[in-house]
Amino acid sequence: MSIAYDGSRASSDGDADFDCCVGCQVAEYGTMRVKSGLAEMLKGGVIMDVVNAEQAKIAEDAGAVAVMALERVPADIRADGGVARMSDPEMIVGIQEAVTIPVMAKARIGHFVEAQVLQALEVDYIDESEVLTPADEAHHIDKWGFRVPFVCGATNLGEALRRIAEGAAMVRSKGEAGTGNVVEAVRHIRAIRGEIARLTTLRPEELYAAAKNLQAPYDLVRACAEEGRLPVVLFTAGGIATPADAALMMQLGSDGVFVGSGIFKSGDPVRRARAIVEATTHFADAAVVAEVSKNLGEAMVGREISQLDGHGGLLQTRGW
Amino acid sequence: MSDGGPGVGLRIGVLALQGAFREHVATFRRLGADAVEVRTPADLTGLDAVVLPGGESTVIDRLLDSSGLREPLVAALAGGLPAFGTCAGLIVLSAAAEDGRSDQRPLGLIDVTARRNGYGRQVHSFEAPVQLDADGDPMPGVFIRAPRIVRVGEGVEVVGTLDGEPVAAAAGGIMVASFHPELTGDDRLHRRFLDRVRVVRAVAA
Repeated sequence: MSIAYDGSRASSDGDADFDCCVGCQVAEYGTMRVKSGLAEMLKGGVIMDVVNAEQAKIAEDAGAVAVMALERVPADIRADGGVARMSDPEMIVGIQEAVTIPVMAKARIGHFVEAQVLQALEVDYIDESEVLTPADEAHHIDKWGFRVPFVCGATNLGEALRRIAEGAAMVRSKGEAGTGNVVEAVRHIRAIRGEIARLTTLRPEELYAAAKNLQAPYDLVRACAEEGRLPVVLFTAGGIATPADAALMMQLGSDGVFVGSGIFKSGDPVRRARAIVEATTHFADAAVVAEVSKNLGEAMVGREISQLDGHGGLLQTRGW
Repeated sequence: MSDGGPGVGLRIGVLALQGAFREHVATFRRLGADAVEVRTPADLTGLDAVVLPGGESTVIDRLLDSSGLREPLVAALAGGLPAFGTCAGLIVLSAAAEDGRSDQRPLGLIDVTARRNGYGRQVHSFEAPVQLDADGDPMPGVFIRAPRIVRVGEGVEVVGTLDGEPVAAAAGGIMVASFHPELTGDDRLHRRFLDRVRVVRAVAA
């Protein structure tokens, strides 16, 4: 079964804002297939947080499939406190000029004008992210209205499907950003995969109640039940700090990983970045993971989840 | 696996380092082929053809080296192993890539020049019907930060066009497409590739 993924709610913001590269009569831009398709191309890869062009080059050289441009990595956002917002466009443009791989950037939850700005900059993906301070406590961005695709965080299946209903073309399990502690990432990927597995065992009439309990649209719930997977690509984020962490998330069924503070807050970012890429590709081969894990220097300083109170608290509870 | 289909009896290896490899595996299996994932040099044994999928070409290029696959893959291709490259795979098989990284090394198996992200960034990614050479019906083309074929050498056959511009090409056992036939369920290019694989096998036998 296919849900309405034919771009029937493709953006109607007018193509006049953009140069057409091929005959406009025949080309359709911003369709869900084009948006989710880019995420399909990122599968099996590592997306790395970077705060300047130099780090972006290191990430690209190490084999990152994309970079996330932001002013402060989550560990620093925790340390600094205050309101975290979209990054300076100048910095994003500098990173776009430095690399050839896709460049992503974060907008605050519900801040659709930050998203409009990021689209105007032609970033390749927008992360509507709980790592930044939410701008709206009731509404996420209506992502169908944009030509640029969105990735959103989720801690469970219902949350993931609500984001997809709003137009997200990619989901990442949230984990707990800026901690270097993988326990929350494991909890969230297990929750999402486990709830999907359970859906596949239900009888057709039971899916209606399941949709009610998940607080998610029935069509998306049925699609998960029939396919045994989300209708979009599922990455993992939040707390991944070592090659073994990355391989763990892949073995738990993730399509790829985001690494935030884990690389550039470690002792040897170049080696660690390459090692995490190798471990993500060869996640099922423990000999490879062992080899690339040698002599990586200090991992980032980790934080115990129960002791986050003085360090920014839980970010995963932002968004709903 | 189906009982019939144009792929029966053919073993197709899909490079599974990064990107949309599962979709190619699924498509070739639907066509009856024995499709397998290729991650190590040992996985190349016994293949009738290899597929280089879409993904990030700079990443696939790097992983070809770190996995030890580059040399045995190049040797197999030089020995006449047929190959199908889509999007990033087109860049890897091409003679030259423009606007890539200076250390990126295309394998030079088909005489086309590809321009990375030749249609622009993601906001310029699009869907448009692709005209196949002989067929009347166009096939859906999904172009995602796609490479643009900016030059086609002598002896290379254009097998798909968009607004008159080449978007799929072939020469002998090598076929390339700048778009993603594996994402749409239209398997006509996959079938054509299997036809080419059979021709190459017949000639070799």
